[in-house]
Amino acid sequence: MNSLFGQPLSVLNVGLASFADAIEKHGGAATRLDWAPPAAGERKACDALAALVGHPGVDAANAQAVERYLAAQPKLAGIGAAREAVPGLGERMILHAGPPIEWQRMCGPMRGAIVGAILYEGWADDAARAQAMAESGDIVFEPCHHHAAVGPMAGILSPSMPVWMVENATQGNRAFSTLNEGLGKVLRFGANSPEVIARLRWMEKTLAPTLRSGLENLKDLELKPLMAQALHMGDEVHNRNAAASSLLIKRLVPALLKSAAPPADVAAAIEFIAGNDHFFLNISMAACKSMLDAAHGVAGSSMVSVMARNGVEFGIRLSGLGERWFTAPAPVVDGLYFPNYSMKDAAPDLGDSAITETAGVGGFAMAAAPAIVKFVGGAAQDALANTLAMTHITLRRNGAFTLPALDFAGTPAGIDARRVVDTGILPVINTGIAHKEPGVGQIGAGVTRAPLACFTKAIVALEASWRKTA
Amino acid sequence: MYTHRLLPNLYRDSVSLMQLSASLGRLPGVEQAAAVMATPANLDLLRAAGLMGAALAASPNDLLVAVRGKSSASLEAALAAALAALDKPPERPAGGGAAAPPPRSLQMGLAQAPRANLALISVPGEYAAAEALKALRLGLNVMLFSDNVSLSDESSLKKYARERGLLVMGPDCGTAIVDGVPLGFANAVRRGAIGVVGASGTGMQQVTSLVHRRGGGISQAIGTGGRDLHREVGGITMLQGLERLARDPDTRVIVLISKPPAPEVAKAVLGAARRAGKPVVVNFVGAAHGAAEGKLCFARTLEEAAAAAVALSKGRKPGRAALGAAKRPAIKFKAGQRYIRGLYSGGTFCYEACALLGDAWSNAPVDASRKMKDVWKSREHTVIDLGDDVFTRGRPHPMIDHRLRNERLLAEAADPEVAVILFDVVLGYGAHPDPAAEMLPALAAAKRKNRSIAFVASVCGTDEDPQGLERQESALRAAGVLLAESNARAVMLASALIKNI
Repeated sequence: MNSLFGQPLSVLNVGLASFADAIEKHGGAATRLDWAPPAAGERKACDALAALVGHPGVDAANAQAVERYLAAQPKLAGIGAAREAVPGLGERMILHAGPPIEWQRMCGPMRGAIVGAILYEGWADDAARAQAMAESGDIVFEPCHHHAAVGPMAGILSPSMPVWMVENATQGNRAFSTLNEGLGKVLRFGANSPEVIARLRWMEKTLAPTLRSGLENLKDLELKPLMAQALHMGDEVHNRNAAASSLLIKRLVPALLKSAAPPADVAAAIEFIAGNDHFFLNISMAACKSMLDAAHGVAGSSMVSVMARNGVEFGIRLSGLGERWFTAPAPVVDGLYFPNYSMKDAAPDLGDSAITETAGVGGFAMAAAPAIVKFVGGAAQDALANTLAMTHITLRRNGAFTLPALDFAGTPAGIDARRVVDTGILPVINTGIAHKEPGVGQIGAGVTRAPLACFTKAIVALEASWRKTA
Repeated sequence: MYTHRLLPNLYRDSVSLMQLSASLGRLPGVEQAAAVMATPANLDLLRAAGLMGAALAASPNDLLVAVRGKSSASLEAALAAALAALDKPPERPAGGGAAAPPPRSLQMGLAQAPRANLALISVPGEYAAAEALKALRLGLNVMLFSDNVSLSDESSLKKYARERGLLVMGPDCGTAIVDGVPLGFANAVRRGAIGVVGASGTGMQQVTSLVHRRGGGISQAIGTGGRDLHREVGGITMLQGLERLARDPDTRVIVLISKPPAPEVAKAVLGAARRAGKPVVVNFVGAAHGAAEGKLCFARTLEEAAAAAVALSKGRKPGRAALGAAKRPAIKFKAGQRYIRGLYSGGTFCYEACALLGDAWSNAPVDASRKMKDVWKSREHTVIDLGDDVFTRGRPHPMIDHRLRNERLLAEAADPEVAVILFDVVLGYGAHPDPAAEMLPALAAAKRKNRSIAFVASVCGTDEDPQGLERQESALRAAGVLLAESNARAVMLASALIKNI
């Protein structure tokens, strides 16, 4: 509580700047706000926001949610088959990235990947029949996020695929993701040619069992320390996973060599992993998902527990608003494009990988990854500025993930939807860019922002939920 | 003795851990300290160094802090220091880094200025209540300069603030002076023993600047906004302000200024004033005033309120200013010239003029039956508040932009029935940097149209205002304007001029 008299006058000046000059001239302190109407001036949202800022109930709920997130201890629990491991995954069900979307509205890469998954599952013999099957409604499409899972880009997950199982030892929840296929023609970018399907089968039949027998020799692969170390080695564990993948393979190789798996398979597995700097990405995502699922479900909390895109819409969830999604059109990423490609070739923002930013790494930990600052203006200072800006929309710092370039300050973590709407500072997301046509693959990478409208809608809904409980 | 603390799954690089170990080792009572990742090799090292006993269930992913020293108190202190250092790394970007960006929200502002105690809000009215509520939620007092805030929002903001011991000045609070610091449109006045609570911005500017001109000083001037004494709000801010000034050791005399309040609110305010334990001077502008009782006295005009407050603050009895005695300068009017036209930038000045003249038409009259039908057409005696919404829509306030008043001044001068043009000039922060210069061409042009017209004005300001009282007054005097010290005196002078025409 600040009393007006009896302590030096210190003014937050919101509006006419000249008032601040007079205050300072007469010995008062003035802090000038760079104010603009919140929520892009939408009056209803402004009022809802005002009712939530400094709300003791929201603050308490957020403290609890972020504490759960910070306490989570994800570890690699092994590799399972999706149909057995992933909760609620039906036999004729395919999971996809982002908020819910029906076949008719899906973007090109997602449709291509679904056709690929149908072929891979053997539900249809050729692409035309697979497409017809997808259109017919015989297959249920649901978001990965409805099943404690996450998938990069199209995020397609079907029952036969092997999945990483990450277990949060603190709260006991599990999270899942597919194994990363590498670059080039891959399912997650919508490719479904025979070589793609063959690779998926190899991953199921050879890679997964080999890794499984290796993991038997590797108890308790704790993921937070591994990610923390990778942040100190130039990764932000979303768009750059070179260090984390190396740290992982360093742990895997001895375990694989000691396993009973056939040496040829071990060699193939090591070669496959070593050839893919993004191999760790899917594990990073599942680790982030497990930490955020722990934080999800605290009534009244404005902490963001999911940010995800399906190539058409960007969706978020709040810890305090259960299963509801708040969506807005997905932006097209203004990034750096490979030769011969430009923004007009790009699919709108796609994938569940923004779970990393939601967990305070990825774009939020840009300060850790000088190697990719060329995406954000080119100077190391720009990367630091991006990370520092995120501290204004987050609840805490994550002491488990520290940033050498910021004197080992923790990563900004626990996005507070109130702060996003109040400041207009939008969560920054590092991302790859998919071609809008299925199967072309990645055509660039860059930095994008979560759309304000998702947060504005969420704030209006959260305020309504508080009014209902009041 | 030694002790340790294990932090599961917390990673730090070895360099920062070595630094931490060194700083822990320098703490009083600590002989040796180590912060390490709990690898088997490190655990062996610690045992060899006598920092820990035999067995410890730890994994290489855990961070271990171990200390050895003389007392358990110093060891505990060292462990606490280690936890704090691990928990709160410095925030400064390495290598200097750019200055922090300007805050975009109150919460961000508060992070930058944690000791802030007031939010001064001058955003468009539709967003103002929301910003004010946020400020209150964050524990800040509020001055709400913005207008167009609904009465129900005002009432709920003020009730919320009162419950938390916070103050909401406004909405539509043009002026305040807190600890000598001018806020919004305020005059530069010396500090002193007189505290003011006012529901009228220009009323407070008049009182504070006259107090200054008469040698007194202001402790605090708290604006309440124009509707605080409406029935729906109940004078919450005025009552809070009164209570604070009653408690404030620097305040010896209190002045209350408002347009006439709702009767039950007046009763509550006067009741509180009687209990203040200090002399209280009340000016309900334009209202019949009550009789003095105890330490409570009533002033007929803003000037009288200022004079009474200065007298009381210097231990004298307040006198009665002889308002009717304005001397009539010799001006030869033409036949037919007989009316006063008042062109005001300050709403309370206009209101006071209405009350003193008694029979003038106005867009904001004291007596509702004297309300102008068409604000663009003056008739008989007319006084106009040019700060009224109808005139400020889409253009700046007449204290900042003199164009509308200059146009109106020419129109009034062209009317053969007009004898006197009465106006105010408001100085201080927020007002135009040189109002006299803005008005001189219009005054000269009006004189050319009508050589026998008289200009009567008062300048509300002080010698410390950025515009300079003396400079403004000389310029106006040189242009033939008859100046009075206060608005009330200017009105009486205008009346005297047309008497017996």
